[in-house]
Amino acid sequence: MTLLDEKATVEAVNPELEARSVRAEARRGLLHALPAYVYLIVFFALPLAIVFVFSFASRTSTGRPVLGGWNLDGYARLAEPVIRTIAGRSLWLAALNTAICLLIGYPFAYWIATRAKASTRNLLLVLVLIPFWSNFLVRTYAWRVLLDSDGPVTRVGEVTGLWGSMLFTQPAVFIGLLYGYLPFMVLPLYAAIERLDWSLVEAARDLYATRWEAFRKVTLPLSKPGVIAGSILVFIPSLGAYVTPDILGGAKTTLLGNYIVTQFTSGRNWPFGAALSFVILTAMLLATIAYFRSGAKTL
Amino acid sequence: MTGEEATTRGWVNRALALNGWVVFLFLYAPIAVLVLFSFSADRNVGSWGGFSMEWYQRMLANDPLMRSLRNSLLVALLSTLVSTVLGTAAAIALERYRRWATRGVFDALLYLPVIIPDVTMAVMLLMWFTTIGWSLSLTTIVLSHIAFNISFVAIVVRARLANMDPSLEEAAADLYAGRWRTFRRVTLPVIMPGVLGGALLALTLSLDDVVVTSLVQGPGSTTLPVFVFGLIKRDVTPEINAVSTVMLAASMVLVMVSLGFQRRGDSERVR
Repeated sequence: MTLLDEKATVEAVNPELEARSVRAEARRGLLHALPAYVYLIVFFALPLAIVFVFSFASRTSTGRPVLGGWNLDGYARLAEPVIRTIAGRSLWLAALNTAICLLIGYPFAYWIATRAKASTRNLLLVLVLIPFWSNFLVRTYAWRVLLDSDGPVTRVGEVTGLWGSMLFTQPAVFIGLLYGYLPFMVLPLYAAIERLDWSLVEAARDLYATRWEAFRKVTLPLSKPGVIAGSILVFIPSLGAYVTPDILGGAKTTLLGNYIVTQFTSGRNWPFGAALSFVILTAMLLATIAYFRSGAKTL
Repeated sequence: MTGEEATTRGWVNRALALNGWVVFLFLYAPIAVLVLFSFSADRNVGSWGGFSMEWYQRMLANDPLMRSLRNSLLVALLSTLVSTVLGTAAAIALERYRRWATRGVFDALLYLPVIIPDVTMAVMLLMWFTTIGWSLSLTTIVLSHIAFNISFVAIVVRARLANMDPSLEEAAADLYAGRWRTFRRVTLPVIMPGVLGGALLALTLSLDDVVVTSLVQGPGSTTLPVFVFGLIKRDVTPEINAVSTVMLAASMVLVMVSLGFQRRGDSERVR
């Protein structure tokens, strides 16, 4: 008698006992989740809901938010040209950063993952992990020093005449974003390429595919989960970047992240900040879901 | 293999290796410059004025800075402790119990904090604390850090649980071990590398956070990264280089400890 039959017999003999054990399991599952569940409802789900509520709120003459006098002013302001400029700049930089990270990160991860010796692979991986775990603020500050008016990079630019002072400009913000998020692209790519079934690539080669065809038709599709995960990990924080544009950028490089925070500090316009946050949040969630779905379908 | 193809192959390999070493240079040169200049006697960041430990001495004598360091450590330890316990329990609930009411809702709720940007997390918590009338302080910082850390711990522990051989727990149950004993003597030791890895990730994220903390902090409750962030925005000084070097060294220790846990975990799985 197989295990399955045995189970079926027990069920037939005492259906109530079986049902009771299923209920007990369900109770235990919920019980394990309960502390985190309650915590996330109180300190995540409700705060998320309050963003939506505040986006319709009004303000006193001093800028204090008032829950009442509901209106759509926050959303109306989203159509202003300044928002379009900032949103366009943020989207452009985030997309550019994701593309360049992928362009540099893929061959880099491929190179590490295809080293013959496991010890070499592990050593190179540790060298990627160190910047990944290092303090993000400190790593951004390093570029503040390099790009300073008498910093090393600026001096090289002066001597060679190739570039001038980049600090507080868009290129500086881009370098900061690239430097900050490149490791976030490399790690998922490495994980995907490393566990790839290489016999499939060999099979393609045996069937007279060129190296390039084998890469494009076999390796690349198989490493797609890594490409998707890496792109999300780079794109979302780049779009919401706050520290990088604040340290390396200037007034003309304000990104969505800084702009939102300003509404809650010196700007004192919570309803507008809430409306902006809500729209970005919704857009990001939809994009993430769509991205995962499209990836899941082709895999 | 034709001769032509061998040439292409050699060319591709050389290009890959070149890209690799350029990326490593890009990743490490800025950090190296930062560390180097923290030992420079020149007040001017970016020019070398001979070896000096002056900036480290100044850093240690800087009272507000040291206070923010103490705050940071307190916040990081408390939030790591709570989020590790809650996150591990949440991972077990999802990975070991398949059928319970609203499991799908909980699964989604647990993933959301990972994918939303820091800035949105920061403003929503600020609005929430203001709405329920809590004054901002170290407590609100700790509560906020727990809110984003639970999910990261849960993801790491879940991956470990998914790789665990279920027959181990079944064997314990067959030998009349109760649920608690099975957990204490079998499950917990096996998933321990995951739990510790998750805890280290939480610790790192807490010590890294600038955005959330700067919005939910109260008077006198600044953490080290937020304090340093304020300093950087005012001016660039060699003292910040010294603080940065210490923070980098701390991160590096955490990487090594975390790799140690992982290695121990892997060797156990082989056995």
